[in-house]
Parts: sequence; structure tokens; C-alpha cells
Amino acid sequence: MSDPNNEELELVELTPAQQKRRRNRNIAIAVTLGVLVVIFYAVTMLKIGANIVNRAM
Amino acid sequence: MSTINQATNTNASDKAEFSDADALDFWQLMKPRVMSLVVFTALVGMVIAPGTIHPFVGAVALLCIALGGGASGALNMWYDADIDAIMTRTKNRPIPAGRISAGEALGFGSILAFGSVSMLGVLVSWPAAALLAFTIFFYVVIYTMWLKRTTPQNIVIGGAAGAFPPMIGWAAVTGTVTIESIVLFLIVFMWTPPHFWALALVKSEDYRKAGVPMLPVSAGHDETRKQILLYSLIFVPICLLPLLLGFAGYAYAAIAGAGGIAFLWLALNVYRIREGEAADRASWRLFGYSIFYLFAIFATLLVEHLVALPLFTGVDMTALINGAGL
Repeated sequence: MSDPNNEELELVELTPAQQKRRRNRNIAIAVTLGVLVVIFYAVTMLKIGANIVNRAM
Repeated sequence: MSTINQATNTNASDKAEFSDADALDFWQLMKPRVMSLVVFTALVGMVIAPGTIHPFVGAVALLCIALGGGASGALNMWYDADIDAIMTRTKNRPIPAGRISAGEALGFGSILAFGSVSMLGVLVSWPAAALLAFTIFFYVVIYTMWLKRTTPQNIVIGGAAGAFPPMIGWAAVTGTVTIESIVLFLIVFMWTPPHFWALALVKSEDYRKAGVPMLPVSAGHDETRKQILLYSLIFVPICLLPLLLGFAGYAYAAIAGAGGIAFLWLALNVYRIREGEAADRASWRLFGYSIFYLFAIFATLLVEHLVALPLFTGVDMTALINGAGL
């Protein structure tokens, strides 16, 4: 039996079309995450921001 | 650019390891046209609800409701991929067309469902989030998995899923369910059967091939035409309930009234004209007009509340309930 660790990994080349689609998916995920960060930050500020500013010192 | 291929042999199944989907395919998976109607009716529910909501929080609520609707669409397409592949209307959807795998759709829909409900609860309102969760459950499990393939009443009961969004919008502002939001629910709920049966009359052969027991397939075209007319006769008066309850005005009375008469006329045409291309045309007309009518009455409610037009006095429900000794 051959040692599986010494087996050469088989590589698959993505076609340009597949690369383009993967890039589009990655951009969509990045934009979504960015929008979520903005939304959670903004709503947190809206809901509790005033309480922080006006807290008893 | 290369990627490690985990399989030792290269064959067609290896292709499944790489997503061929574009971001736009995931967008299509969310049924954007249905989503737009969901967002619009939810917006109306939010605007006419008593109380206030910060515009940004309101926009977040709408986004969550839209994503919840998209989750329902994606999970529906995951489960229905087999029958979607058979029907001409749906065979180009991302899964039957081979652009997205069923597993990807399931994962995408599940994440969206969990994410949209959690986000609506944490950022806006837990009662609204609970309603959204129930809506997704109702559409995916009750309608898609159970009713759709087993009963000709599938879209009558399943239509509830599409009727919840204005109620969710209302709950996002008030945190409650009231008689007014139930009326908004009823309008969309009673609109669904004549709307979908008009389409099913034209596409009945598709449904028959796919084994979906839509009313024209299981009970015949004549019975469907009768049911369309009966449901239309109930639907149009229900559209006038906002006047009775005092959350609609004169513009609404004119549009819902005149438009309702036109709706009944088109439903009557579907009932009367039963042969040839004229029958198909009558069904298409009712299908198209039903979308326009629903949009028109909700848009009128929206405008009346946004520009503060005078509303009808309506019936004092509290006095009515007290008077009835309830």
C-alpha cells in the first residue's frame, strides 16, 4: 500500500467563468458582512446611545 | 488559480465540489418578485400601525422581513426542485437549471431564515420576529412539504404565509396583533385563491405533469371557475373592511370599491368564458389584474396615512365588544 501522505495532490483548474462567479460570490459575501456591521452598529447607537450619553456620572 | 481536489479519481461527480453559482443565482433563489410584494405589504402594515418607529429601525425591519421571505423562497426551491424541473414556468430556476446545488440552496435558505429572524428579534421586536419565524415555518413545512402535494386546498391554506407580512410590519411597530392587522392579513389571504387559480387554469397541464393537485387538476376547470367567483365575492367585501374599522379614507373607498367591481367583472368573465383562447385570456387578465388591484389598495392605504388624508370614522370596536357583553 502506498502512503497517502506521499500521494501527489491532484489539482483542478477553475475555468475563467468559474473564477469570475467565485469572485462575484465573494464580493456579495463581503458586502453583506459590511452592511451587517453598519446595521448593528447604527441600531445599537440608536437604541442605547442616548442612555450612554446621559448616564449618571 | 487552482484548488485541491479531495477525491482521488477525477470524474463528473467532482464537479459538485465547486459551486458554479453566481451571486445573481442566489438572488433568484430568493424569489425577488414575491419578496417585493412581501416588502411592500409589510411597509404598509408598518406605516398605518399606530405608534412610531425610527426610520432606520423600520428599514432594518423591512430588510429582515425581505430576507425571511427570501429564506422561504430558497427553502421552497430546495424542496420543490423535482417538480420545478418538470414545469415550464419553473424549469429555469437555479436548481433545476443546474446552476445551484440542492445542498447550497438548503444551506443558504437555512442561514437566511435563522439570520433574518434573529436580527428582527434582536434589533426590532421579538413579537414581529416570532411572526416571521412562524411565517417561514408555515410556508416551508405546512405549505411546501405538506399541503402543496397532497390537497387541492394547498394554496387556500398556504396563502396564509403570504398574508402574514403586513401583520409582521404592524407588529414591528406596535409589538402586538390587533383587529386591523388581522384585516390586512385577511385581504391578502382571500386574494390568494382567485389569483393563483387564475394562473393554474392556464398552467393546469404543467401542474398535472408534476403531480401537484391544484384545483383545476383535481376538481376540473369548471369547479375552479366557480371557486374563483365565490372567493372573489368574499374577497372584495373584505377589502372594504378598512373603511368600517376607520383606518382607510375616501380615496381608498373609491379605489377599493371601483377596483373591486372590476375584479368581480373579470372573475365573472373567467366563470362565463370557458372555451378556447378567450378563456385563457380571461384567466390571464384576472391574474394580472389581481396583482394590480392588491398593489393599488395597499398603495392607497400607504398614501392616505403618509399624507394624512381624512379617514372614515369607523366602528368603535371597544364599544362594540362591550355592547355585545364580550
